[in-house]
Amino acid sequence: MSERKGLTRQQMADRLAREFKDGWIVNLGVGMPTLCSNTDLGDTEVIYHAENGVIGYGPLAEPGKEDPHLVNAGGQSVTLRPGAAIVNHADSFAVIRSGRIDVTVLGAYEAACNGDFANWKVKGAKGGGIGGAMDLAACAKNVFVILEHRTRDGAPRLVERCSIPETARGVVTLVVTELGLFRPAGKAFDLIEIAPGVGVDEVRAATGCPLNVPADIKRVAMV
Amino acid sequence: MRKSKAVASFADAVRDIPDGATVAVGGFSAVGTPFNLINALVAQGAKNLTCIVNATGGGDARGVPDVGKLVTNGQLKKVICSFTAATRASVVLPLTKYYEAGLIDAELVPQGTLAERLRAAGAGIPAFYTPAAVGTELAAGRETRRFGEREYLLEHALPVDFAFIRAHRADTFGNLQFRLAQRNFNPLMAMAAKVTIAEVEEEIVPMGSIDPDQVHTSGIFVHRLVQLTADAIWQPKPLEVAR
Repeated sequence: MSERKGLTRQQMADRLAREFKDGWIVNLGVGMPTLCSNTDLGDTEVIYHAENGVIGYGPLAEPGKEDPHLVNAGGQSVTLRPGAAIVNHADSFAVIRSGRIDVTVLGAYEAACNGDFANWKVKGAKGGGIGGAMDLAACAKNVFVILEHRTRDGAPRLVERCSIPETARGVVTLVVTELGLFRPAGKAFDLIEIAPGVGVDEVRAATGCPLNVPADIKRVAMV
Repeated sequence: MRKSKAVASFADAVRDIPDGATVAVGGFSAVGTPFNLINALVAQGAKNLTCIVNATGGGDARGVPDVGKLVTNGQLKKVICSFTAATRASVVLPLTKYYEAGLIDAELVPQGTLAERLRAAGAGIPAFYTPAAVGTELAAGRETRRFGEREYLLEHALPVDFAFIRAHRADTFGNLQFRLAQRNFNPLMAMAAKVTIAEVEEEIVPMGSIDPDQVHTSGIFVHRLVQLTADAIWQPKPLEVAR
């Protein structure tokens, strides 16, 4: 594995979180997406929805102050913000299925330039872990995907077509990797912003499908 | 006065569960999981069970017996769940091994679809359409239908023989209150089941002691109550969190 270049995981999450708009209802997947809740959004207020029916959770609970009855979708002990509400699982997914989630941020194994992505089953496995990802991916207004640009073996994760079973098709609206910010554009990814210290040729070489790069490509701003 | 639904022990509460029954087990990431009823079913030994649960868990990896223990004890024929594998490749669930070896059948269901299939069973609705899983491997060969601009997948209700749930408070009639994220699948499974057994954290109170406006699940859906005692299994420790 070559030396890691570009954004840290927190910087990747920060870049996506800066797309959140005031008042949005946001659902964060397990793993890297959770880091979005660490981002300082300034005056922008969002409502975090967890699939287990916790609407309006806040920061992680301090060690020793965990409430045994309160976790987020990743099983982490969290706190509640003023205005929070608890609903059952059917009502929680009614929020999702009825299109009220403005954005879900999900981890993935692969994202394709046609907007497909795969995050529930690894190559050669009989089963997998879907959780709420298929409901979220099919129904959220925006699906942001956060993933490392390459596998440990160096294979691209940004591809023309997924090589493993998809979670949903044609739904991804924005992708961040350590190398930059991307938008699926059908037969190519648009490179929207590139990470500091990374060259366009490096991004092309690491990507498994065509890349549209504007002449005046912006760097990902470090905040 | 109506007879109390409280039974003396977890063993009494699960004694009549026959081989081949369908058992739904509530809880999400340990919260609201009826660990004591699972433990009693492990001791009771019924076999060829179909288990409906969001995730089977790690056996007793967190120091408490979850559905993974029914897996390793050879009591399950089939699991209907949203995870047959953990979200992290480094974690291997007992179910994953048994499923890959063909020892247990599994039906993998998107989590919202699992919740709605239970809700439908409890609400007298035989089937419904959902956009989740359309275009994926899970929908291959199955009935879809277009409504307006979108394609939807037909899903069937999931009726249950016995539901194991955890509640915070109960009265002797079986009216239940849940606390915070403990609610999750528990009210849905109670409504989907022929027989609902609830383990209860606080002392079971006389019928009428819970404000009707504060009842989350009506006692008409609840058949047996078991009081958690100090020596019962309460909760695993909170997950270690990377900060």
